[in-house]
Amino acid sequence: MAKSIPAGTRDVLPDEMRELRAIEAALAEMFEREGYGEVQTPVIEYEENPPPGAGRAGASRYRFYDETGAALALRSDMTEPIARLVANRFADHEGPLRLRYSGRVYRPLRLQGAEMRELHQVGIELIGAEAPAGTIEVIRLLVAALDAIGLQRAVVGLGDADLFGQLLDELRVEGAAKERILSCLAAHDFVAIEAEAGDLAGIDEEARRTIVTLSNLRGGSEVLARAKELGGAAVERAASRLEETYTGLEELGIADRVQLDFGLLRDLGYYTGAILEVYDPAYGDVLGGGGRYDGLLGAFGRPLPAAGFSLYLDRLHIAQAAEQERAS
Amino acid sequence: MNPASQGISGEGLRLAMPRGALFDPCLDMLDRAGFDTSEPRSGSRALIFDLGELTIVTVRPSDVPTYVEAGAAGLGITGKDVLAEQSDRAVYELADLGFGRCRMVLAAEAGSDRLAEAERRLGRMRIATKYPRTAEEHFERTGRQADLIEVKGSVELAPLVDLADGIVDLVDTGRTLAENDLEVVEEISVCTARLIANRVAHKLRVDEIDAMVERLRTAAADSP
Repeated sequence: MAKSIPAGTRDVLPDEMRELRAIEAALAEMFEREGYGEVQTPVIEYEENPPPGAGRAGASRYRFYDETGAALALRSDMTEPIARLVANRFADHEGPLRLRYSGRVYRPLRLQGAEMRELHQVGIELIGAEAPAGTIEVIRLLVAALDAIGLQRAVVGLGDADLFGQLLDELRVEGAAKERILSCLAAHDFVAIEAEAGDLAGIDEEARRTIVTLSNLRGGSEVLARAKELGGAAVERAASRLEETYTGLEELGIADRVQLDFGLLRDLGYYTGAILEVYDPAYGDVLGGGGRYDGLLGAFGRPLPAAGFSLYLDRLHIAQAAEQERAS
Repeated sequence: MNPASQGISGEGLRLAMPRGALFDPCLDMLDRAGFDTSEPRSGSRALIFDLGELTIVTVRPSDVPTYVEAGAAGLGITGKDVLAEQSDRAVYELADLGFGRCRMVLAAEAGSDRLAEAERRLGRMRIATKYPRTAEEHFERTGRQADLIEVKGSVELAPLVDLADGIVDLVDTGRTLAENDLEVVEEISVCTARLIANRVAHKLRVDEIDAMVERLRTAAADSP
């Protein structure tokens, strides 16, 4: 028999394909109705994109050279190519731009765990709309997307990407120590956070408790007051921004689908302000995520505020199958 | 139903517990936290025990992160040695429970300079271990080269039959090392039992998880 396929990739046969296409179609129909037009970008891109300063946090990509010696990479994410596309193709567009996509991204495998190196992402980008209105629209579409495919129990986590960076600045934690704490927070390694923060010269017991408490603070609107009690400009700023967004979600009647989470950190470096993660009780990992990336388009020479989300098609399918089985 | 969903959305919380050296201290902690552990203590060969608010599933220590990452259990307990070796696992490390204290060490034949000689003359040491990533990181960090030989059990045997010049292994009392005429050359880290959580369970079952973490953490701290 012929050699099969590389680890972290899959063949899809007709029964599964039909269901995946049905999910894509349900999402496409809803996005289209909301005014989001589909775009496609190449799977291969120049390695130099996104430009330095775009905040890529070392998410690794498959890299190779073309016949002229130019360094290329397989896209590992859809947001960066779309930011590039907007800078190239909509240089004079006044915005806001509403774009959607459905396509595959490629990431090197982790050594352990059942990670895929080829993943299919479906999502939207709303470019040229500021916070909080733009963020609220993106979350409204995210909830509508989950509803459209039968994931009514799914919850959207909403956090603030700038919170811990600013908080550590405020506490005068800099350089390697700051990076180390941020990486512990991203991994939710609370044991290391307590140990690291305890070891830092100049950090008092109260500051240490603030970091640990914040990183575990998640829930409904009640957590806003609890965060504000901790004090400090960074916490105050994040809490106010979250409150603004949350109030908008309450007015839309979808706040019960959103969980405020002061401990949320995404590992992609380009996020600013609001960040999102999606959870469903029928699936053990996140279904997707997103947030604001107000600095990314500027790195491509077209400074515009922006936000979006992407969902992993395979994970949506597994969660949908589990929810259907639960309902039957 | 998808088993992963039960670990997150089932009735009560599910805790993956390690069989082996950490099993009894875990049960002692659960006793102090007010759970009735007579069933799991009865020597029963069952793998799942219902303790009311908590259901425990008993697995190999190195399998705990696997169950928790997938959401088959919302919470888990395992040694830091296992977590360090499986650092890619996307699980939340919530608390250091303090018990099960062991040391990760580099050990070699007592009174012999075989390790140093291998390094000096051959440029590298042959090291047998069940913890290849931990060992690799240690040698990398300390600027030395090692040929790592992964074995699944009885690591102490390797230097005795010249499979390796030394071993990297977890040591509790050090008796096994002494019995095999080995001695600690370097201490790499100190490992204790850790409470870990599935990331989705941690987000979706906030009150239950936070209350259980506090209860277990308090019980662990009350250790005599």
